[in-house]
Amino acid sequence: MKTFSRRSFALMAGAAAGTALARPNLAFGASARVVVVGGGFGGATAARYLKRLDKQLNVTLIEANKQFVTCPFSNLVLGGLRTMDNITHGYDGLAKGGVRVIHATVQGIDPGARRLSLSTGNPVLYDKLVLSPGIDLNYGGLPGYSQAAAERLPHAWKAGPQTMLLKRQLEAMPDGGTFIMVCPDNPYRCPPGPYERASMIAHYFTTKKPKSKIMLLDAKESFSKQGLFQEGWQAVYGRMIEWLPGKAGGKVTEVDAKSMTVKTEFGDHKGAVINVIPPQTAGEVARAAGFATPAGWCAVDFTTFQSKVDPNVYIVGDAAIAGAMPKSGFSANSQAKVAALAIVAALNGGKSEAPAFANTCYSLIAPKYGISVANVYRVTDKGLVAAPGGGVSPSNAPAQVRSQEATYAEGWYESITHDMFG
Amino acid sequence: MTGRFPLAAMAIVIGASMGSLPAAAQDKPFALALSCAACHGTDGKSPGSIPTIGGRSAKEIKESLIAFKSGTRPSTVMKRLAEGYTDQDIDALAAYFSKRK
Repeated sequence: MKTFSRRSFALMAGAAAGTALARPNLAFGASARVVVVGGGFGGATAARYLKRLDKQLNVTLIEANKQFVTCPFSNLVLGGLRTMDNITHGYDGLAKGGVRVIHATVQGIDPGARRLSLSTGNPVLYDKLVLSPGIDLNYGGLPGYSQAAAERLPHAWKAGPQTMLLKRQLEAMPDGGTFIMVCPDNPYRCPPGPYERASMIAHYFTTKKPKSKIMLLDAKESFSKQGLFQEGWQAVYGRMIEWLPGKAGGKVTEVDAKSMTVKTEFGDHKGAVINVIPPQTAGEVARAAGFATPAGWCAVDFTTFQSKVDPNVYIVGDAAIAGAMPKSGFSANSQAKVAALAIVAALNGGKSEAPAFANTCYSLIAPKYGISVANVYRVTDKGLVAAPGGGVSPSNAPAQVRSQEATYAEGWYESITHDMFG
Repeated sequence: MTGRFPLAAMAIVIGASMGSLPAAAQDKPFALALSCAACHGTDGKSPGSIPTIGGRSAKEIKESLIAFKSGTRPSTVMKRLAEGYTDQDIDALAAYFSKRK
């Protein structure tokens, strides 16, 4: 009979006993099943990191689309700096990394049975579920707007066909036309996004249609990186971009696709092209399962990103109420890693360490003019708050600093998309 | 077989206590370190214009982060991020990325 050394026997016994104790819900030797719904910045990152953190895990990603078009850098497509191909990514890298990828839509979640019903007809069971459903556009939140109206007044706030529609409209617009953007109140996906978009469209107009104007009608009184954007707009585009805050006539009360009119408390504006960014909520799959508050977003435990409704469910990215963290791709990536660490710890009968999060959002004002906001975030007794320091790029910085940040914006895109998709 | 249960129990205790050690003492992934990948690449290996940090010496990483934080080394975002790191974070990040080969 083969004799075991004392040490190897101890390791074997420990491993076996540890597995049996730590995974009480699982048959002996079975791998835990973690299912991730949504293949964007939160979901793709969660799936990839779950598998990297624990190769034994059975990780399934459920995503409706075969390809993912990033919202980050979609404004650069509008500006003519990138193509749609440049911002389109597939899931082959995740599959090669051992993630089972199912292209389907989720039709329902049964939290009691820990079962998802899918459009494929084959249900999927989970031990832990990660939801990263992103946003839904709340068409009803703006009178006159609807999915049909969005074919004429694109939102382009989910990248893809809507981005192309807005781009085609801008290309067809005569020089001297007015482009109107309707900017939403907080909270919404990508706080600096509307203003980067205005910048990129101003870049396109400057090169192709220099007599055109840009009018931003904003529900808010202030916006992300406002001082830096306004400094950049003036320096690069002169008076091309006009921004109206809510109390100065920016608050839009109704849109009319037929007459291409935007109504405010101060009067009507006609636009040659109108981009309507409507109010938003968490993606439907999270709301339909009862994980959202009446306001439409999902409350989570900040140390794990576990749903406040169901501890087997982790909700990351734009859908989550994440304290001081903005709804950004970087935030989603950071939160997904915290959730992945928490899930791996929980499945092994432990707890993950108190997390710290990070976010950096770059915006391009012009091809060589980048600005950023950067913060570390921590969980304290005041919630999920920004750590000391952080904030936005300096004002009145030399051109070299703006150029460096534009280069780093590109580097960030390369890195984060590789980090998500492998 | 008399040794079986004490040995197994010991292994479990060791496994459970791993989670509570300070991050600097381990080579385990932790949330703040993983967040660096969004700019510096997975495991700190950058595919683009942002410097690779994975595999640099712990001393270099620690000194860089301290210099970024104090502002003695010029930077774009790194001062703003490093201001949010504690001394313990800096030690842990330096240890973690020095071990990414």
